Amino acid sequence: MKQALLKTILYGVTHVLRYTAKRHPAFRAEMKRRNCVVQIKLKDGSIGRHYTFRHGTVESAAGLHPKPDVTLIFKDLPTALSFLKPGAEQAEILNAAKNFRVMVIGRDELTVWFMQLMNRLQTVNLEIGTKMPDGTTRYTTNTNGGPMFVYAKDGRIVRMTPIVLDDGDAPSWSIQARGRSFTPWRKSTLSPHASALKSMVYSDKRLLYPMKRVDWDPKGERNPHNRGISGYERISWDEALDIVAGEIKRMKKEHGPGAIAIPMPSHHQWGNIGYYLSALLRFGNLIGFTRVHPNPDSWEGWYWGAMHHFGSSLRLGIPSFYGTIEDCLQEAQQIVFWSSDPESTNGLYAGFEGTQRRLWAKELGIEFVHIDPHLNPTAQLLGGKWISIRPATDAALATAIMHVWVTEGLYDKQYVAERTTGFDAWRDYLLGETDGVPKTPEWQEAETGVAAHVCRALARSWGSKKTYLSAGGLGAGWGGACRSATGSQWARCMILMMAMQGWGKPGINFGNLQFGAPLDYEFYFPGYAEGGISGEIAFTASGINNYQRMPHLITMNPVKQMIPRQRLPEAIVEGHSKGFMWDGSSMEAQFAPFEYPMPGYSRIHMLYRYGGSSFGTIAKSTRFEQSYRDPSIECVVNQSIWFEGDARYADIILPACTSFERWDISEWANCAGYIHHNHSQLNHRIVTLQHKCIEPLGESKSDYQIYLEILHRLGLGAMFSEGCSELDWCKRVFDSTDLPKHISWQEFVKKGYHVLPAEPEKTRTSVSMRWYAEGRPKDLPEPHPLPSQFTDEFGQGLETQSGKLEFVSSSLARGQADNPERPALNRYIPAWEGPHAQALFARYPLQMISTHPRYSFHTYGDGKDSVLNDVDDHRIFVDGYYYWVMKINPADAAERGIGHRQLIRVFNDRGSVIFVADVSALVGRGIMKTFESNADFDPVHSHGAEGVSDRSGCANVLTSPRPQQQGTEGMAANSCLVEMEPWTPPAGIRSKVQVKGMAPSNQRPAAAKPAPAVTA
Amino acid sequence: MTAMKKWNLIIDVAKCENCNNCMLTTRDEHVGNDFPGYAAPQPLHGHNWIKIHRKVRGQDGMVDAAYRPTMCNHCDDAPCVKAAGDGSVYQRPDGIVIIDPQKARGRRDIVDACPYEGIFWNEELQLPQKWIFDAHLLDQGWKQPRCQQSCPTGVYWAVKVEDDEMQALVKKHRLEVLRPELNTRPRVYYKNLHRFAKCFVGGTVVAEVDGVLDCVAGAHVTLTRQGRQVATTQSDTFGDFKFDALDPGSGEYQVEIVDERLGSAQASATLAEESCYIGLIRLQPGVPHGSGIHAGARRAHA
Repeated sequence: MKQALLKTILYGVTHVLRYTAKRHPAFRAEMKRRNCVVQIKLKDGSIGRHYTFRHGTVESAAGLHPKPDVTLIFKDLPTALSFLKPGAEQAEILNAAKNFRVMVIGRDELTVWFMQLMNRLQTVNLEIGTKMPDGTTRYTTNTNGGPMFVYAKDGRIVRMTPIVLDDGDAPSWSIQARGRSFTPWRKSTLSPHASALKSMVYSDKRLLYPMKRVDWDPKGERNPHNRGISGYERISWDEALDIVAGEIKRMKKEHGPGAIAIPMPSHHQWGNIGYYLSALLRFGNLIGFTRVHPNPDSWEGWYWGAMHHFGSSLRLGIPSFYGTIEDCLQEAQQIVFWSSDPESTNGLYAGFEGTQRRLWAKELGIEFVHIDPHLNPTAQLLGGKWISIRPATDAALATAIMHVWVTEGLYDKQYVAERTTGFDAWRDYLLGETDGVPKTPEWQEAETGVAAHVCRALARSWGSKKTYLSAGGLGAGWGGACRSATGSQWARCMILMMAMQGWGKPGINFGNLQFGAPLDYEFYFPGYAEGGISGEIAFTASGINNYQRMPHLITMNPVKQMIPRQRLPEAIVEGHSKGFMWDGSSMEAQFAPFEYPMPGYSRIHMLYRYGGSSFGTIAKSTRFEQSYRDPSIECVVNQSIWFEGDARYADIILPACTSFERWDISEWANCAGYIHHNHSQLNHRIVTLQHKCIEPLGESKSDYQIYLEILHRLGLGAMFSEGCSELDWCKRVFDSTDLPKHISWQEFVKKGYHVLPAEPEKTRTSVSMRWYAEGRPKDLPEPHPLPSQFTDEFGQGLETQSGKLEFVSSSLARGQADNPERPALNRYIPAWEGPHAQALFARYPLQMISTHPRYSFHTYGDGKDSVLNDVDDHRIFVDGYYYWVMKINPADAAERGIGHRQLIRVFNDRGSVIFVADVSALVGRGIMKTFESNADFDPVHSHGAEGVSDRSGCANVLTSPRPQQQGTEGMAANSCLVEMEPWTPPAGIRSKVQVKGMAPSNQRPAAAKPAPAVTA
Repeated sequence: MTAMKKWNLIIDVAKCENCNNCMLTTRDEHVGNDFPGYAAPQPLHGHNWIKIHRKVRGQDGMVDAAYRPTMCNHCDDAPCVKAAGDGSVYQRPDGIVIIDPQKARGRRDIVDACPYEGIFWNEELQLPQKWIFDAHLLDQGWKQPRCQQSCPTGVYWAVKVEDDEMQALVKKHRLEVLRPELNTRPRVYYKNLHRFAKCFVGGTVVAEVDGVLDCVAGAHVTLTRQGRQVATTQSDTFGDFKFDALDPGSGEYQVEIVDERLGSAQASATLAEESCYIGLIRLQPGVPHGSGIHAGARRAHA
């Protein structure tokens, strides 16, 4: 009976293929791509059928073919039926594959083609997108800056807009506060870099075909010293893929495991399939690579410092945020924004979702204070008191405020007594009883430049009002002051201040209304750091939900060697580097150093790089230019969408397409596995199918397709793809989530998005730390501390050894008691690069801060000839080039003869960068403010014979690579001394890399021809 | 028979944070897209059909910034319509002014006719171009232009009302137009324009308490000009006070500060083109006259 069933199915396949090919041209075209014989059989040969594909037709016959191109062999009848019956269980299929009950023999690309063809039977009928009256089709997508509708017509994108919710979408939440009811707008808000995306898709900086560096010959002279100098020539995909696959094999054979390193990008195109933690990691694991391990970039002071007073290693030392929007609007009297500019950094990935709530706070009369060297856009919008502070002195101000609290009794003595440890030692430090220096407002004035009376007024206001502390961009951590030489000291002070004020009591918490919206937190949809399709268990959060809910093949990188991301250049040039671990599982993991090279592994000789963020995002970025040119590096591959940054240093460039040109699936702002419940920033949880809105431009391909085609050449394509296309993977992700309970796959594919209902008022989460303030067990949807990390009963207390807020950190005392730069009792140690570095300060008397950018998202959005270049606060066009903006004070400008919007050269011993000056009172005297992480690196000969300046505005050319504190890892970019002078471009100035037909990213071609317009 | 409803745009300067989504989405709409009868494609760079201007006011210690988007004003008595003369620029019955992308070719003079710099010259197409209020979308049933849809703070409010209803809104929200003296009768109105166009006089009230300097909150501050009281306010938590919406170039002002507990002080400020932060004003016990006056005055003229 079962035998008959299998035979019938095998017979039926022929007719289904023919019928579908007849009805669907797309399927017909796909079937026509290959001529081959595919055989399906039982291992004992008792049942078999082979299919002959020829010029788009298919014939089949029962029985075994003598020489099939591809053979699927099932161990037995039940296994075959579990695969081939309609509605087959993915887990069954995977179990059969993992336990060798099914085998595939044959040419890899034909195997994958056949499996994808069979899957295509399920998707070819889908209606994709919504037809609009004006002839466009409305698709959906998701980005680093919010989800969008994408209207396309005739294969071209016409417009991109926010997703405007309609009456069919779930209702929004409301918050009742002080007699008023607040409900958010029913639309997605978009960051500027999302609003500008169409211009990036159609940018003339797109890489549209594979290229090879002209003087790099994999069979001959490789000329590593010419990376970033010599130009490129176009090659075919076959040639490019053969070279890359050949180099991967050669690395393994000639050098052994570890010879290939994959420096991952900082940020990427949004999605769960094509993301670097998904497809790239799966690819990497299948070839084996030396991991370039990130440090907790942007979390520095919190991870290396603050964590040790209260735990929260899951969040890398930043506080959580549940329920704080409601609590803040209902209870708080004041919000202190400390190095916190949410209107520039938009939380993380969250468009402008928090902005409306901050405007509600203003309507309610909540008072605002902004402590920042720059009158930042948040302060500009909200108003309130601006306290201009010298960079990296924030810990001194915080310490003096606490001094006032102690001397005037303005702290919560009962809370300190019951919920904290070690206060006496801290009080003694504040009062100067241990070092003879009372940390008075007058004491801090010399350090910070903040008048003592202002410090005192703030301390009194804070000590007498219910105050929310917005420390860092997220409101609880991230960026700004935590990325300076004193970043840890400051972040530690932030925790200690809250410990003194009764953290968790009504109206007293961390936050700036960016996080903690009353949403449904129990609905499961994976975030990008849950590993996607990677199958990587160790370095993503896949194991928690994703790996169980979406059965797929596990992958594993057998190379244990790692390089700390900040130290990659030294690893290459000096052959050695050392770093400290980023690992959120405990407070102790960070104390263990790791070193490169690791015994038994090869040194690295090949870099497989995605995109171009090293120069913009990592300190003293000229180190990278040197490392790219090191003779030990035999091959540099760069897979990139645009020609910029690191891509200019590649030997082989593989052109990837944007996420608009391929399929993906994702939830807005959900980066779970990285930040737990990051979507709590949103007004509405929105899950999107990222439609393939248009075909890939030029010869570009999706990242997934590029990896697949390389792996075909290594016989690993079937392992990589599991026979799935990107759309098939989207369906597998969809099936793994809670979405099918709410919307069918067919409807989801057509409509493209789904809004999750808000949480009903009675079941909303409680407020972070309220449980702690009230001495109850923890009651938040946050799986941390881990069960073993409670030192009392499960759920009681914090992750610290005492289970309490610790003024003197027991984990630091245990972990690095001998580290003078990181004492267990926090104290103010002036920055190693700043006014106290007297010799340096005499030569470079200006303090430059370079914070997270406002208009681009790291390198995403900048350069690329995008329309963001026309934003005056981002770049300014001067004589044929878009220069990066540096904000300077009028007095500093006048002293040096610098006018508004004049070009300036900013320099120190590390390098020289050209900016355009924005002269205004928005920054204090002696301070310069710019954004980090521009997309490009464009060194030009600019002054004198030897002089080289970057003119793309790469502020990190100037920043120090020294870790904030010894025994830690992490940037201190906001401690940077420089000098500046007016600059005039020398005649005949040229970029050092010239690629035919491609001007530098920020140079506007003299007579740019616009792309042909669509009549819409 | 009711009167015709017409489009107007209200812009709240106090809500603009310079995110530029309006400028960017206008480019998204028009770069690479041709809307026959409405607008030819916008060049990728250079044309800011919506342009955000910045105004920074004050000096170290008290600074604020405001942003004012500008675009075609869709004037009822539009100089560009007059300059065109031949109907190549016209106002639709719903108030929206359109430059005909065919008829206006070669008419560079239309660019120069606009006193608001709202019209741009497309060199390649030899065409004057500007923001069309997204008329092509409104005609398809859109309820608002893209600048409003993409704005995260609610700066924009496009209203389609009869002219007398609009005048009621002008009164209610104290709306202004740019350069009213030109009598072009713009249909683009501004709320809180003083944040951009007017000046403030501010200062910080301090006093010596227990041997150290402290901010004085709750002091009564009076602003007078030419002997007449202009406004009164109180100092805040940090001793700061600010009188806003004063005319640039309005000259000399006097500030008088009284705190029942800590004394009083006087200071003066002169408004030329820019706002004036007087700086620290130190209260002296008892009646006015003290060193604070001179400190303040020095600062004001620095």
